[in-house]
Amino acid sequence: MSAIQQGVKTIQRALPAVNAQGAWLAGLLLAAGWFALPSIGIAAEGTAAGPTEYRDIPYIGARNIIWVVAQLHLLLAGFVLGVPIFAWLCEVIAWRGGEKRYDKLAKEFTKLLTSAYATTALFGGILLFLLVAFYPKLMNYLTDVFFPSFLLYCLLFLLETATLYLYWYGWDAMQEGRKKSLHVFLGFLLNFFALFIMIVPNAWATFQASPVVIAEGTAFERAWAATWNPTWWPINIHRLIANVVLGGYICGAYAGVRYLSVKSAEDREHYDWMGYVGNFIGVFGLLALPFAGYWLMREIYQYNQQMGITLMGGFLSWLFILQAMLIGVLFLGSNYYFWLGITYRIPGSEAKYRKAMLMMLVSLLLCLAVWMTPHSLVASIEEAQKMGGAHHPLLGVLGVMSAKMTVSNLMILITFMSFVMYWRAGKQDTAGWAAFGKAVMGAILVLASIAVIVLGVWGYFVPAIVRINYFSTSQVLIVIFVILTITPLTALLLKSARTTTEMVWGSMPPRAGYSLVLNAVMVILLMTLMGYARSSSRVHWHVYGVMRDTSPYAYSPALGSASLIMAFCTFFFCILVAFIFWVATMGDKYKTAAGAGKGDLPHGIPAMAGGAPDKGPQG
Amino acid sequence: MGALGKPIILMVAMYVFIKFVLPNIPGSAPLPSSLIALYLLLTGSGIVIFQTLSKESKDAFWGPMQRFLTGENLGGLQALRYGVLILFPLLVGWQTYGSTAVSDLPPIESRTIHPAPPGEYTGLSNPVAKTPDNIMQGKGFYAAYCSPCHGGNFDGKGPAARGFVPAPANFADPTTIAMLQESYLFWRIKKGGVGLPIEGTPWKSAMPRWEVELPDEWIWKIIMGEYDGAHQSPRTWE
Repeated sequence: MSAIQQGVKTIQRALPAVNAQGAWLAGLLLAAGWFALPSIGIAAEGTAAGPTEYRDIPYIGARNIIWVVAQLHLLLAGFVLGVPIFAWLCEVIAWRGGEKRYDKLAKEFTKLLTSAYATTALFGGILLFLLVAFYPKLMNYLTDVFFPSFLLYCLLFLLETATLYLYWYGWDAMQEGRKKSLHVFLGFLLNFFALFIMIVPNAWATFQASPVVIAEGTAFERAWAATWNPTWWPINIHRLIANVVLGGYICGAYAGVRYLSVKSAEDREHYDWMGYVGNFIGVFGLLALPFAGYWLMREIYQYNQQMGITLMGGFLSWLFILQAMLIGVLFLGSNYYFWLGITYRIPGSEAKYRKAMLMMLVSLLLCLAVWMTPHSLVASIEEAQKMGGAHHPLLGVLGVMSAKMTVSNLMILITFMSFVMYWRAGKQDTAGWAAFGKAVMGAILVLASIAVIVLGVWGYFVPAIVRINYFSTSQVLIVIFVILTITPLTALLLKSARTTTEMVWGSMPPRAGYSLVLNAVMVILLMTLMGYARSSSRVHWHVYGVMRDTSPYAYSPALGSASLIMAFCTFFFCILVAFIFWVATMGDKYKTAAGAGKGDLPHGIPAMAGGAPDKGPQG
Repeated sequence: MGALGKPIILMVAMYVFIKFVLPNIPGSAPLPSSLIALYLLLTGSGIVIFQTLSKESKDAFWGPMQRFLTGENLGGLQALRYGVLILFPLLVGWQTYGSTAVSDLPPIESRTIHPAPPGEYTGLSNPVAKTPDNIMQGKGFYAAYCSPCHGGNFDGKGPAARGFVPAPANFADPTTIAMLQESYLFWRIKKGGVGLPIEGTPWKSAMPRWEVELPDEWIWKIIMGEYDGAHQSPRTWE
């Protein structure tokens, strides 16, 4: 303030002196102002004497750029950290079980991974530069708090990159004997470093939402206290599972697109199978994701009531209805793919399972109807008057957490049973205890469903803390119990089962491929939506309750504007991934086109973006 | 019509149920059009999913539609086809016009029912001891200051309630105060509608700003009385 006053006085003193040349001076000032206009665009905000706090760029805005780049980086990172988990698991299955097709699949997954890795790092670098440029005050503060973990992150990145190069480029060279064991170990290391590469930056992001600041102590102690903040582990677990889901569905979509475009029967079989594995991985993670999400939200609510209400009851609460719609489509799409698989890949199964599929579909839709019913409805004045307010007197009860938790658990159970049905299709039990075993499984399923519903209804009549701590937890445990009992029982039953109908790969209709693509788009949209929710829950704080956002962007964008950015991020990410995968498979297409006439290219050719050392054409 | 007949009947039946049957169940009310559209969309999605599960069912479902639209072997139905081909775009145009044209109706508001409380009100605990006397006092204050709107039975049906849109909150409903902490109620009672934060705009609350009339202790006692009278418990973390 004093600086401004001083400046005003200086101008006042100078004015009489220039009075005579007022006209040309005014013109000069006008011209200078005109030529200086572009500088507004890259204006640096801060006090005249103090350091720059913010910078901006015209038209687009610093925050929008950061938003898009951060979201793209996160999506790419989710893919890059999720894929190694199941790529490695596929390799282990091939290594221990001897099924070579799993090794080929693992290699194909890794090819996609290597392609995306460089782009992820590129966007990470861009994000860092932009953050330092646009938000120097915040970055200075975060650097001060997290300096030791920045160094650790750099080290982890080096290790991850080196391991990935060895893992990918050494694939063919390390196929046999002890070399294969070493390769599998490299895969383990890749995932080990990847886990830490994820959880270290998670600490920075979660610190912004739920900071733990200690004034004293060494740099390491302060960084450690800030790292171990209340939402760090809930986010770690949630992102770990979400990455697997994202990776699975994107690999599924890749397989779906390839399936639709390949010509040979062999390739159709391969990509049909790959699509199935991708969808299975996505569903497998999707079953666990709501539990992790619930835990995260519970921790946020417990950490700060204001933030919890902003998310779940305040202006961000509509996002959770959109979330329900997207997850609903994801559940429907995944089950649809399973059901198509039963009908098309296992001839003769349709008649047997059509009724069961109808029941599952109806149950899923009923659950979805409950999940998508908001507590406060979108209604005109007239409609609201007829209802007596924004809540419907009868259906309003479906809008609260007790109902949502119940139906999400039931949807998980239905999807799990869809998978079990697919697993059992085309097989006839021969074990003596088969009838008894199936009766036990049926009883478990029915009792569990009833228990989940009873707890859900009961939840309305107990204090919130009893519902949250005991009933919701019990519902989750019941579902986990069902999965953990029915899976081994089914596996045991199928061990001695006779295959009546062989699985026919490559016979799926085109809509199966489209449903895989739809699932991937839904999961990307979902991540962009939740990214906005998590970031906006901090409202006008850079670091919640510690450092205020004093930039012109210290407001939450309206949901309509936010959804435009989310849609743009989703679209751009899909284009980016399509481009990366196109580049990655360019070499394969070339080799296929060149055919046997030219012979195989030498192995181990260093190639950009993962289009590397295949032994033969993969289509 | 074959395979198309059942889906059409199902859609119509669903519409009739949610539009005319559900609102007439005792204790119910008409559904807003947004919810009707959502439920019909789900029903339609279910039909498409089920009918396209196998080649046979897909052909039986899409076949008639495809033949009708392409005009293949339609015979006497050609006129109907032309009618549909002309009327459908007109219907879409009319819908588009209806949703964008200037209207004298007030816009639909997606009101934020539970805006987040200011930081200074989060984490407050009720400083008044939960004794039968204090609860009784709280109910007395409630009867004097709150029951005209929120009702003597804590059900939002006080004698003055009919004059308000939206209606006063029904505390006996397990989806209202049972979901909130006592500190939230303290803030809402103390600051009233005018104290709602900017994120709560356009706020529509006739709740008076009770801090000008009631001391904090009375407000805390009213909160206790409300929970006890409505047979609900506040949200806690212990």
